[in-house]
Amino acid sequence: MIITQQKPLEEILKMLEPFSKVFIIGCGTCSTVCQTGGEEQVEQMAETLKKEGKEVTGSVVVEAPCDARLLRRDTRKMKKAIEESEALLCMTCGAGVQDIVQHLKKISVPALNTKFLGQIERIGEFYERCRACGECILYETGGICPIVRCPKGMMNGPCGGMFEGKCEVGGYQRDCAWVLIYNRLKELGMLDLYKSYKPPRDNSQLNIQPREIVLVKTRR
Amino acid sequence: MATQTVSNLMADLKDGKFVFTGELEPEKTTTLEHALEAARKLKGYVVACNVTDNPQSFAYISSLAASYLIQQKVEMEVIYQITCRDRNRIALFSDLLGAGALGIKNVLALTGDHPTLGDTPQAKPVFDLDSVQLLYLIRKMVDEGKDLNDNPIESPPQFFVGAGANPNADPIEPELIKCAKKVQAGAQFFQTQVVFDLDIAKNFLKETSRYNVPVLIGIFPLRSYGVAEYFDKNVPGVKVPEELLEALKKAKKTPDKKERKQKYNEINLNYFANFIKELKKTTSAAGCHVMSVGYESIIPSLAEMVK
Repeated sequence: MIITQQKPLEEILKMLEPFSKVFIIGCGTCSTVCQTGGEEQVEQMAETLKKEGKEVTGSVVVEAPCDARLLRRDTRKMKKAIEESEALLCMTCGAGVQDIVQHLKKISVPALNTKFLGQIERIGEFYERCRACGECILYETGGICPIVRCPKGMMNGPCGGMFEGKCEVGGYQRDCAWVLIYNRLKELGMLDLYKSYKPPRDNSQLNIQPREIVLVKTRR
Repeated sequence: MATQTVSNLMADLKDGKFVFTGELEPEKTTTLEHALEAARKLKGYVVACNVTDNPQSFAYISSLAASYLIQQKVEMEVIYQITCRDRNRIALFSDLLGAGALGIKNVLALTGDHPTLGDTPQAKPVFDLDSVQLLYLIRKMVDEGKDLNDNPIESPPQFFVGAGANPNADPIEPELIKCAKKVQAGAQFFQTQVVFDLDIAKNFLKETSRYNVPVLIGIFPLRSYGVAEYFDKNVPGVKVPEELLEALKKAKKTPDKKERKQKYNEINLNYFANFIKELKKTTSAAGCHVMSVGYESIIPSLAEMVK
């Protein structure tokens, strides 16, 4: 899931300063689960903006604003309210904001900070677990990703900053990824995977950004 | 170590001498005043000196430039420390060729501290390679005369290549396996993190003796109680032994500055001379890496005592 967090209200209001009429777009998928862009948060935001003297021309929670098809479908009946607005306040991740900009062609203001690709332990408890690096090595590391869970992205074991299984980055609060990997592989009887030398990663394909996957070419 | 002898450090280790290496930490400077002065004090007592590469992620003068100047001006052989924190594999390769061209003979390949620890925490960490991969790169340059993509180097560099190790690591098993990987990648010597506890040093030496790679145990003479207290509290995994801490605390109360300094010296000499003698007598340690930044004056007496 894409983990988001609402920006401080002052920052949102600063961006909205030039605009008096605002339309709000929420997200029915990730931001709903994170409670940053679901029905409830969109309603609350509308109330807040009204109190701040803005006119809210309408709002909609799109099933998944990052999906152009769903964005078009769910905003179709709101066309008038969107047109009346001067800016769209997007309570979505960055991919959602950019899809909105591309398809609704209005000034769009992000209400959220996109934090990471994470695991949800419970509501309000999110952990980064994938960097979307493009080439998954989880089999070799016992299902624990050193690229995202080690601040140095070490590939061959822990660094000198590990103490009692914790990482010095962030003040020994987080587990050292390589101690987790070592323990897990040991438990699985797969320590050979730990012992084998991991060569430098090949970034040659990952370096071509932004990454795109186009399986079927369509006319544009 | 079947390969050609490329440095004095390598020669002494090959001869089985118990060697001392020192540490120089050039800071925010272009004149290197303090580092050069320290190097002069250490000359004759250590076979070579490490030159740190932005230790703890504090932004300092380039360790390559400093290494070259120290070697030139003081004729002190250096162990050029190079870390993966600030350079991708292109820059690492490039700096290593530079080091070869400038007459650097020993290289210590490290991952490097994370930028969050230093005085520029806003910096983007690089870590394109880790220490094991960096060792692999260096040995490939030296042994095969090639870069990581097998492109040939015209007149490849000759280096004696070392690695770091942490005998205090807890748990120790993943660290020991990592040391094995470093040996496999081509590490020719180890210099360890600071150790105060003889048993920790002995255990580590026992575990690593099978690699047949010389290990220099890191020691840190404590120039004052303040330094000892700071070290004890702020360097996780390294505990200053209580009796040493107590002795220094007592010495701190000496009102006369000169007398106090003398007491500090006595305490250090007593503790570390015993430590080193015991290492020499009972372990396979190849020497000691003395990290005495700001306390170089202790080294001559210490070296004398353990002869």
